[in-house]
Amino acid sequence: MATATEVKPLPVVLRRPRATQGFWSWFTTVDHKKIGIMYSVTALAFFVIGGIEALLIRVQLAGPDGTLLTASQYNQLFTMHGTTMVFLMGMPLAVGIANYLIPLQIGARDVAFPRLNAFGYWVLVAGGLFLYSSFLFGGAPDGGWFGYTPLTSAPIAAGALPGHGPDYWAIGIAMLGIGSTTSAINFLVTIINMRAPGMTLMRMPVFTWMMFVVAFLTLFAIPIVTAALIMVYFDRNLGTGFFVGGVGGDPLLYQHLFWLFGHPEVYILILPGMGIVSEILPTFSKKPLFGYAVVVFSGIAIGFLGWGVWAHHMFATGLGPVAISAFALSTMLIAIPTGVKIFNWLGTVWGGSVRLATPMLFALGFIGQFTIGGLSGVLHSVVPSDTQQTDTYFVVAHFHYVLFGGLVFGIFGGLYYWFPKIYGRYMDERLGKLNFWTMVIGFNLTFFPMHFLGLWGLPRRTYRYDSGMGWDTLNLVATIGAFTIAVSTLVFLVNAIVSRHRGAPAPADAWDGRSLEWSIPSPPPEYNFAEIPTVHARDDFWHRKYTEDDDGRLVRLPAGGAVAVEERPTGGDDGGHGAPGGEHIHMPSPSFFPLVLASGLPFLGYAAVWKDVLWAIPGAALVLFGMYAWAMEPPTAEDS
Amino acid sequence: MAVGVLATLAAGCSGPENDQNSLRPQGPAADRIHGLFVPIVAIAIVVGILVLLGTFYVALRFRSRAADENPKQIHGSTPLEIGWTIVPAVVLAVIAVPTVATIFALDDPPKGDDVLEVRVVGKQWWWEFEYPDEKVVTANELYIPVGTKVRLDLTACDSSLGAEGTASYCNVIHSFWVPELAGKQDVIPGRSQGLTIEADHTGTYLGQCAEYCGLSHANMRFRVIAVERSEYDAWIREQQAGPAVPLNRPAPEGETGPPAGEAQDLVQNTFACTGCHVFDDAETSSYGPNLTHLASRETFASGSFELNRDNLIDWVLDAPSMIPMESKDCRLPPPATCVGMPSFIKDTPEPASEYPVMTRDQAETIVDYLLALK
Amino acid sequence: MAQEIAARPAATPAARGEDAHGGVGVTNTKLGMWLFLSSDCLFFGAFISAFLLYRGRDQAGPKPSDVFDIPFTSATSFILLMSSLTMVLALAAIQRGDHRRVRIWLLATALFGATFIGGQIFEFTEFSREGLKLDTNLFGSSFFVLTGLHGAHVTAGIVWLLSLWGLSLQGLLPTENAEKVEVAGLYWHFVDVVWIVIFTLVYLMPT
Repeated sequence: MATATEVKPLPVVLRRPRATQGFWSWFTTVDHKKIGIMYSVTALAFFVIGGIEALLIRVQLAGPDGTLLTASQYNQLFTMHGTTMVFLMGMPLAVGIANYLIPLQIGARDVAFPRLNAFGYWVLVAGGLFLYSSFLFGGAPDGGWFGYTPLTSAPIAAGALPGHGPDYWAIGIAMLGIGSTTSAINFLVTIINMRAPGMTLMRMPVFTWMMFVVAFLTLFAIPIVTAALIMVYFDRNLGTGFFVGGVGGDPLLYQHLFWLFGHPEVYILILPGMGIVSEILPTFSKKPLFGYAVVVFSGIAIGFLGWGVWAHHMFATGLGPVAISAFALSTMLIAIPTGVKIFNWLGTVWGGSVRLATPMLFALGFIGQFTIGGLSGVLHSVVPSDTQQTDTYFVVAHFHYVLFGGLVFGIFGGLYYWFPKIYGRYMDERLGKLNFWTMVIGFNLTFFPMHFLGLWGLPRRTYRYDSGMGWDTLNLVATIGAFTIAVSTLVFLVNAIVSRHRGAPAPADAWDGRSLEWSIPSPPPEYNFAEIPTVHARDDFWHRKYTEDDDGRLVRLPAGGAVAVEERPTGGDDGGHGAPGGEHIHMPSPSFFPLVLASGLPFLGYAAVWKDVLWAIPGAALVLFGMYAWAMEPPTAEDS
Repeated sequence: MAVGVLATLAAGCSGPENDQNSLRPQGPAADRIHGLFVPIVAIAIVVGILVLLGTFYVALRFRSRAADENPKQIHGSTPLEIGWTIVPAVVLAVIAVPTVATIFALDDPPKGDDVLEVRVVGKQWWWEFEYPDEKVVTANELYIPVGTKVRLDLTACDSSLGAEGTASYCNVIHSFWVPELAGKQDVIPGRSQGLTIEADHTGTYLGQCAEYCGLSHANMRFRVIAVERSEYDAWIREQQAGPAVPLNRPAPEGETGPPAGEAQDLVQNTFACTGCHVFDDAETSSYGPNLTHLASRETFASGSFELNRDNLIDWVLDAPSMIPMESKDCRLPPPATCVGMPSFIKDTPEPASEYPVMTRDQAETIVDYLLALK
Repeated sequence: MAQEIAARPAATPAARGEDAHGGVGVTNTKLGMWLFLSSDCLFFGAFISAFLLYRGRDQAGPKPSDVFDIPFTSATSFILLMSSLTMVLALAAIQRGDHRRVRIWLLATALFGATFIGGQIFEFTEFSREGLKLDTNLFGSSFFVLTGLHGAHVTAGIVWLLSLWGLSLQGLLPTENAEKVEVAGLYWHFVDVVWIVIFTLVYLMPT
């Protein structure tokens, strides 16, 4: 039989980190809660950066013939704004909240692969820094966030987009895709394999369900865009002809591949927001989610159907009337499950006991604004109309309504909702309401006029427009709205920072909630649950507090007898490893190697962008060392 | 009064009369699209208002007034689910039928002998228009006879691109969009696709590139100028004519020809404008716009500037200061990276003897020659 | 709708952080590998689609029939196929505790894989000599990128197998870690299956 692992003590730098508290512990943590916080904070930082890019754009466009930015600067800014908001804000923020919540909602102690989880986060940092470093090294990407070929794939010598911008873009997004894929695998295995006993799929909270669908979408969409980006890089740098019209290649191949990813991507972005809204509304209406099964199946339907609509981004590319009609119909079809969800949400609030706390306001804002965005989406599915609307400010209005008015509002609602769980303190309600109202006003001032601007002839991605076209006033209004959004964001940041330490203390069950995360202390101990619960029903925690009489009214159950809420274990600053009953719970140990492995990726990226093999050496070394060391290291340290 | 309010709203919504407004259609294709759009947007607005009102209603009507309220715990309702699945499906089906019908109708190429065919080539960052039957090549201003169907063949493969390493790239994707006459269609290297336009009334209709194509995407405009048939015929004859002022190209080996005037010497030899432009042949496609009949146009630089002496002098001297371009190396021989028109006074290549800096006098001479090219 | 009152919850193996056997009855690690492989399917699918789309669209440069040596590639494909057999034998060996055989079969698998790669390198240099390079035409572009990425996957697999072989040599691959070999096996079989698809669609199917 084989012998056990060798016992030679490792040199200091390689000894496994032990700390789970303190500043440096964040770099080696594998705790899903800490990782979730890091994802979210990083994503919010990118939200601010992307927002500043937007403000610069709006100042340039506040009037005709703007002179704040050169054409080149503007083109980099709108490209980076879109890239940042999609890949560095939207996806990571959802992943961050999901990271924190999914194990709590399904009654698990952590995700399936804790070190892989940390790795995904460090890839986000690596990719984000890599992308933004382009500003310092010759210019940021300027091909638009979807980077159509041959604009991005023509070699530098052809002059279409000189400089390395498109290379940073292609490689940066491919790099970020690695992290997205690993986090998708992690969530899928966690949800499939690690649910508490009795938690069937149909008893899972809707947020976890939506993240389950999102993880499948991510898993299957990212490889497609990675392939497309590799083709772009090869065309641009190695002389291949994938998108070269003159040798028989087809620039549209890129669009098909990109949108095969890109359309599921927008559902990857919005479904988490829908999940959050589905959690907030019942809690603040004191009623269960109306039509839970239908809401879940609508989410699944949207996930499936989302693969069949991609060419609605290509209605002006001459695909032929048959193909175009097919995609028009599939796009209209997907509006049905979307609408069904909206009606179910309204049905949830109807007849309830509605508390208009800040999370609820954001959730209601989501409903209204997402509906507007969805309706303009239906207008886009009417292809002849779309040929007037696409590539104008009309479509800019559409996607901001669904992604900002929808997803971002949903996320902010979620942040206000789960902040007390994460930090044990409520966010300030007055600042929260100020945040909400300034954001609603700012958002609608910015984007509602854009519907008109587009129809009145203003194309998108233009660094300037002529005077005398009747576009001036609405552009100015939009700019004012953008600054209002900026104020709102500042209010949020102040609220978060102040409430972190001075907010009103929150109990475990901060809002009289329904799902399992409210049954553990706020903040949760490292091991989440002292004892893994056995689940008997959907909204199991709610049913430990209430039952229903024959009339369908709530009857509060007596406390005692049933454990409603776990108390925080008293005594011992032992990193939370103690538990009632003295059971010592082994949690996965911290590790350096996710960070080490991720840190090798930018070096490989620079090697590819600058076509300099020397840079690949430290990159490959870090990646290989990281991989081997990680593989040799057990998930839990021997002596923990 | 209600009608008045609605009419005002409708007019207000219709927006400015800027010749580029999709809500003010001036041709059958744009009209048909508008006719589909208006009722559907009306439905969308009604649905939107209902949902918004519904949201406000449920939020406010059921506001908790006491801490111990006990709402009925309804979990769902199958009839409602069926209802609000079927009703949107029906509404969408109703929208789908005219949508598909219009898709096919607009895609149908026009029939008849009277159809004018024009080939549109999208370049960075201007539009070339070729009239194959009439053997005319022009730039940025598309003349059409009013009330006539014009079938456009949209491409981006540029036969004039011959610089080594670049020819096979054709160009990048652009999109041809003249909102008051039709919806947009993309211009894709390696592919060609059709679009039918027709103007109901005489006038000038503004268009703009609607697919991001690099640095000066925002400046890539064009105009469609619809004129009476007789005026169109006259314009064609004018374009088909030879240059109003001969270029006096150098004579072939062993022959003598007329001497080049000063302007012709500047454009052919000193500054090599003939490397990118054609001055004496209205049938040829070139890297830069064909200038044989430049003075017959209202604007230049892809519709950005009014065609007048001062503008042209500024342009000839230092075009990149007026429209951003990637053209620093355009005077160098291929395979220099070059998109657009170089400056002749800034960033000029070395040595100065081979790439002289242009003086204002020289620019004026050239421009006077250009303005004579009617 | 009265609900039961939850009884005091009981601790489960999942609580101890061990690989749970929930859901689909497959361990976390194996499930993770299956999911990764399903993702990789789409990755290869995109490149295969590009290849098939561009088949026959070249106006210049060598065509498949000009350069392909089907007998040669059949031989290397067969070797790769055999490596899947040796991989299965390696897994069977570790599952019954026969560590000497594990090392033999792991090494054999890696060697067969390396032979396949060697064959590909030879094949590609031949093509290059005959005028087919990455930037020659669409066939060159789509062929070399597709097979190159596949070859990179095989190479990564070889390194993985040799690492397992090395671990076993040092006594660090006990029978209870058989899953490590199983998971490597899943990856290896996937790479083999992808090759079968590529060989069929790219080499064998006539234009």
